[in-house]
Amino acid sequence: MRREVARPHRTSGESRQSHTHGVVMQGQAYDPGSFYDEMFDAEGHARPEARLLLDTIAALGEGQLQRCQQAAERVLVQLGITFNVYGDSAGTERPFPFDLVPRIVRADEWTWIERGLKQRIHALNEFINDIYHGQRILKDGIIPEEVVRTAASFRPQCIGLTPPKGVWCHITGTDLVRDGDGQIYVLEDNLRVPSGVSYMLENRDLMKRTFPQVFEGLRVRPVFEYPSRLLETLETMAPPGVTTKPVVVLLTPGIYNSAYFEHSYLAQKMGIPLVEGRDLVVEDDAVWMRTTKGLRRVHVIYRRIDDDFLDPDAFRPDSLLGVRGLVRAYRAGRVSLANAPGNGVADDKVMYAYVPEMIKYYEGEDPILPNVPTFLCFRDQDRQHVLQNLDSLVVKAANEAGGYGMLVGPHATAAERDAFAEKIRANPRNYIAQPTLALSRVPTLVGDHLEGRHVDLRPYILYGDNIQVVPGGLTRVALRKGSLVVNSSQGGGSKDTWVLTSAGDAA
Amino acid sequence: MRTDSLPLLSRVADSVYWMARYIERAENVARFIGVNLNLQLDLPLTPAHQWQPLIDTSGDTDVFRERYGDATQGRVIEYLAYDGENSNSIASCLRLARENARSVRETISSEMWAQVNAMYLQIQTQRSLPEPERLLDAFREIRLGCHLFQGLADATMSHNEAWHFLRLGRKLERADKTSRLLDVKYFMLLPSTRDVGTPYDDIHWSAVLKSVSGFEMYRKKFGRITPSDVVDFLVMDGEFPRAVRYCIRCASESLHAITGTPIGAFYYTSEQLMGQLQAELDFTSVTNVIRNGLHEYLDRLQIKVNAIDSSLREDFAVSVPQIVTQSQSQSQGTAGPASR
Repeated sequence: MRREVARPHRTSGESRQSHTHGVVMQGQAYDPGSFYDEMFDAEGHARPEARLLLDTIAALGEGQLQRCQQAAERVLVQLGITFNVYGDSAGTERPFPFDLVPRIVRADEWTWIERGLKQRIHALNEFINDIYHGQRILKDGIIPEEVVRTAASFRPQCIGLTPPKGVWCHITGTDLVRDGDGQIYVLEDNLRVPSGVSYMLENRDLMKRTFPQVFEGLRVRPVFEYPSRLLETLETMAPPGVTTKPVVVLLTPGIYNSAYFEHSYLAQKMGIPLVEGRDLVVEDDAVWMRTTKGLRRVHVIYRRIDDDFLDPDAFRPDSLLGVRGLVRAYRAGRVSLANAPGNGVADDKVMYAYVPEMIKYYEGEDPILPNVPTFLCFRDQDRQHVLQNLDSLVVKAANEAGGYGMLVGPHATAAERDAFAEKIRANPRNYIAQPTLALSRVPTLVGDHLEGRHVDLRPYILYGDNIQVVPGGLTRVALRKGSLVVNSSQGGGSKDTWVLTSAGDAA
Repeated sequence: MRTDSLPLLSRVADSVYWMARYIERAENVARFIGVNLNLQLDLPLTPAHQWQPLIDTSGDTDVFRERYGDATQGRVIEYLAYDGENSNSIASCLRLARENARSVRETISSEMWAQVNAMYLQIQTQRSLPEPERLLDAFREIRLGCHLFQGLADATMSHNEAWHFLRLGRKLERADKTSRLLDVKYFMLLPSTRDVGTPYDDIHWSAVLKSVSGFEMYRKKFGRITPSDVVDFLVMDGEFPRAVRYCIRCASESLHAITGTPIGAFYYTSEQLMGQLQAELDFTSVTNVIRNGLHEYLDRLQIKVNAIDSSLREDFAVSVPQIVTQSQSQSQGTAGPASR
């Protein structure tokens, strides 16, 4: 059914329609601005998939949206859904800010994203396996050997290893962004220890609890099956020879880790023990946990500890978080680790630039999801371009994550840019640069009205017997006006992500 | 075929046990304060020294005098309820209970976690002395909050190994606290022999009973209030849930449920010590206890409860290494018994 939808930035006096369809809240009109808005098209008309939601919001009584928002925030505090702030020895916890207005993904777009992610993860896994075995892709000259050898996340200790079923990246959280032209790009692959999936699950629960009326009439695909799928994935990777139900545990650095809430949440939802390094011991090349009835064998470890800290014998000798001898047991094939150590080699931001080549090389196909154009500073020509255009580019350190070690050129001071130029010249291998993307925006509650805020999208991909993508993801939102940095450590928040079924689109 | 559930991680067993102890401890402190507040209403002319014994029970007489001076009602309540530097204050107990709960969040139910968190947040926002007319209510709320937690533990968590560790912690802490309360009150009350049998005496012993919510149940069983009957009721009763003997019997049941050793036999040191204490409580008469000195008896009782506590750690901890980095020292700090 075709419906008349008012332009949202019409003021309330102009048309009665704007009250029922637009997003005028207490007299303030919503301005999509010059960015790509996930809910409004360039003319300011509501996108078809967003109409029903916008109607519901417009029909709310005065202040009701804020009340729902406040209720949601109270629930977060009551349930202790928090992340830990680093650099604070008292272990300060904060709720991860949540915005009540969801982000909607159309069914056809999701189908395309899902296909693209499956293709990409398959190729990345092939690449990792190749790097630790024949290194065909290097020999064929597709990627310079130097780049792999110098990647900080390359683990020579893993050469020759084959994890069960040849899977190296069991859990991935790929970051997607949409640029001003409406095109969705892969921004980062996050193959190592991606976090945030608990917020995807909690955000949905929070929405159902505090804002149930918005689900009416929309066919939002559920995400609740994620923990079951994750457990299945982990169980399929049990070491060979385990005939009973494998014992799966989740290894956390402990309650002061920033993602501790997520670790305990996932362990609880999967019904598996949450262990710390000191709960485990390696004997006879097998991993055991210390229980009240003595040592018990562990078969699969979903580790939320970085490679570096996993095993002081194999990696950083000063690690107190890991388990001595763990890699030895892993090499002996007596315990499985998810994700497989060494898989971060494909997560290096320089390697990212080669992913389209990898897809062509291993899959014999063109990439479905495009990469953001990336300048590699170790290439003389690229570096010159980057140094001359620092004020328009985003520069990233190749091995950092979480929004650290990054320069957003247009928002930086001249002094900050100079400091970065110096770093790039000193260590060109460690830096890449990309154009500053005009990240798409979603209406977000600011005080008593809605304003556009920039978002990204992190879907979660599981790789066990096959590759699955849970229909949803974490939409992170840069809550500070004009900010493009969505990381929770840098003032970001999150939104519920609604992937619609095809029938839902017609609403 | 049934799936055998995995035994509990030693670290988890320890944290669940201490979480329960800290919540029980918080509840008991709230009870001690509540009963004194009630006494003041009954005996408006009672001098301020009414509050000093509460500090003496905790063994913090010197620390308190140094930091607060004379034991007035406001100061004692501040110290016992809200002082973050007092590791046995209600606020500290709830913080430690929450920290332990946080480390076993995947083991306990979400409802239990939410309740511990709610109590912690409540005392955090309260922080200082409520208005005088709100005082009694404030401590009643804390007590009820602790009861709600126990109810949730019983109703929303499987009665598995972790639950038995929780119950073990709760019952041992409660046995210890009931005996301490009795010790202090008995010590305070007995010297005033001239008051024996007077309304003054009656009010005090009633207050002791009320502090463990035992006044009505005592009445049903004994009728008139006499010191030896109160001792009999609080130590030897086999049915009243805060009586020492009852608590030790429950603790023993849970211990055997954990180990699988039949009741009446022992394999672990903790089972042996628990069995000895249980037998002693089963076959001791209150007349003997009072004749030989109640204080000495209660003192020995507390030492025995402490010995059980220590043996538990040896029996069930497969020497979990202690981590000493700064950021992690706190997770360990919660695992030890608080100072007396």
